[in-house]
Amino acid sequence: MLTKSQAKIFFLAGTIIFSVLFLGLSYDTHVNKHDDQTNADKITPEVVAGKHLWESNNCMGCHTIFGEGAYYAPELTKVIERRGAPYVKGVLMSPTPWGEHTSGRKMVAYGFSEEEANNLIAYFEWIGNVDLNGFPAKPKYEIKKTK
Amino acid sequence: MKYTTQKVAYWFFLSALGLLALQIVYGFIMGFAHMGMDGLHDFIPFNTARAVHTNLLVCWLLLGFMGSAYYIIPEESQNELYSPKLAYIQLISFLAVGVTAVIAYHFNWWEGRKFLEIPRPLDYLVVVNVLAFLFNILMTLFKGKKQTTTALVLTMGLLFSALLYLPGMIWFDSQTLDSFYRWYVVHLWVEGVWELIMGGILAFLLIKITGVDREVIEKWLYVIVGLTFLSGILGTGHHFYYIGAPSYWLWIGGIFSALEPLAFLAMALFALNMYRKGEKKHPNKTALNWTLGAAITSFVGAGLLGAAHTLPNVNLYTHGTLVTAMHGHMAFWGAYAMIVLAIIAYAMPNLTGRKLFNNGISQYAFWLSNIGMIGMTVAFGVAGVAQVYLERILGVDFMETQKEIEPHFLVLVLCASGFTIGITLYIINFFKFGKPTDEALVAAS
Ligand code: HEM
Ligand code: HEM
Ligand SMILES: [Fe+2]
Repeated sequence: MLTKSQAKIFFLAGTIIFSVLFLGLSYDTHVNKHDDQTNADKITPEVVAGKHLWESNNCMGCHTIFGEGAYYAPELTKVIERRGAPYVKGVLMSPTPWGEHTSGRKMVAYGFSEEEANNLIAYFEWIGNVDLNGFPAKPKYEIKKTK
Repeated sequence: MKYTTQKVAYWFFLSALGLLALQIVYGFIMGFAHMGMDGLHDFIPFNTARAVHTNLLVCWLLLGFMGSAYYIIPEESQNELYSPKLAYIQLISFLAVGVTAVIAYHFNWWEGRKFLEIPRPLDYLVVVNVLAFLFNILMTLFKGKKQTTTALVLTMGLLFSALLYLPGMIWFDSQTLDSFYRWYVVHLWVEGVWELIMGGILAFLLIKITGVDREVIEKWLYVIVGLTFLSGILGTGHHFYYIGAPSYWLWIGGIFSALEPLAFLAMALFALNMYRKGEKKHPNKTALNWTLGAAITSFVGAGLLGAAHTLPNVNLYTHGTLVTAMHGHMAFWGAYAMIVLAIIAYAMPNLTGRKLFNNGISQYAFWLSNIGMIGMTVAFGVAGVAQVYLERILGVDFMETQKEIEPHFLVLVLCASGFTIGITLYIINFFKFGKPTDEALVAAS
């Protein structure tokens, strides 16, 4: 039967082995693979400024990006591909809550300046080109609304 | 209680319950918003409500863990707490930081990273605060007569939680790296080191309630936390599938995260077996309910409902949908909320000398909150599965899908009301105990 000290060795050895493996793989991801897979050379100052805006307004508190965030407002990873930059710019610069008259669910009216909106669009464009191993999946069907 | 300084725990428990009550209020705001009623939008937009809801959750759980440590460590190490004064300073400053952050979220001041929304300057204060806490606990532990396995596992969990907070504080220009290291905090907390804290509290409660030999309980504690790290560390990979990290995480994360339920299963079997084995029938049935309840519900909420969407081919469709919210609620509830409510239910009679367990109100509190939470989980689950089929498989637009699933949020809010009545009863019973008193010292020994 297992003794307490054997159980302790199982715990300590497992912890050390798997921590080392995890740190090794993290290193490989960060140092060897990240730049190619994400086009890190395309992270311009505009993209970085966009990321600052994304964070300082907590956009993730309603939306998801890379599927991470909240479930109240649309996934934005491919938003430029789906809507086009001009539409997105309209949303960002709108002085009144977006969605008020269409879906009923309101977005905060940020009323971003032209420059800020462009930075966020640069950020979305970079995001949209990251290789995400197939996310988001293409829907299997295409459904039409009848009424 | 055996040591007068254990009384400190009371104030942590009181604060924790206060923040829980506030967390629930913001949950309702979001529940109604999902139903199409966001009348508070101009004052409390959804992202504010959400940041408050989840941050208060983390804050009250941490206060609960700290209170547990202040109660358990003196008793386990047979020694008064090193500095009760430091503990009070630490409690007040923790609350001050938490309340400041919550207010800040109403004024668009935050860091906008899921679960780590606390503005950066406040992060540093959290770090100082936690260092003070750890110092107090470590000094108590090492000046004590004994360093039991239970105490060591609990302390290790707390220490590692502090260390793992740090990777979340580094700025990255790349959203991919930002997210990658954010999971060092979020995943390695709830599916790693917090399980040590849960295991430590669970072992303490089982030793006290069942009277089973400490050596047996602590042996299984090692096995459980061993399984946790064996699966949970590489299991972090289940968050790396679709964020721009290499594809080897699909199979590494898939395999190891699929093993994670084992630790929770072991926890449930362990608790039930120790209960059966126990000769001593402890009179505090309410504490027993919460203890066994935590072990079982965490297996369902974290183990089963986590495993349900952890394989890469399933997660591709469920990632970032209400399916995740379904799992998040029952996992946090079963594993961490319930274990904190269990230790409070166990500690209060000992701190105050009043035996208010097994009364109707504490029974109703247990059953109503749990049945309410099961209902909420089902409501989120139905909404989530419907969302996956409509939006991800049939290609219906996001907002159109949300309109279709609105009715499920009515069910959510109704079940949440039952849940809230349960929590209210729990809090009423807590106040009925009154304040801790030194007279309770004699009563315990
Ligand atoms: C007590 C332990 C656990 C808690 C408190 C917990 C909580 C959560 C929370 C809050 C999220 C959302 C995170 C975010 O998107 O930022 C999440 C995601 C996830 N959890 Fe857990 N979890 C636990 C255990 C588990 C276990 C054991 C498994 C697997 C067997 C699991 C599988 C997952 C998966 C796959 C996701 C990602 C969902 C997505 O792609 O959107 N969880 N968990
Ligand atoms: C009255 C009770 C509650 C209601 C109505 C409620 C409602 C909600 C809603 C609507 C969301 C937002 C989902 C979204 O982003 O769209 C949410 C998020 C969350 N709530 Fe609650 N909640 C309640 C209680 C709780 C409790 C007791 C816990 C923990 C034990 C909890 C933990 C969480 C977590 C972890 C998240 C983030 C989930 C994720 O991102 O996947 N909630 N809640
Ligand atoms: Fe995870």
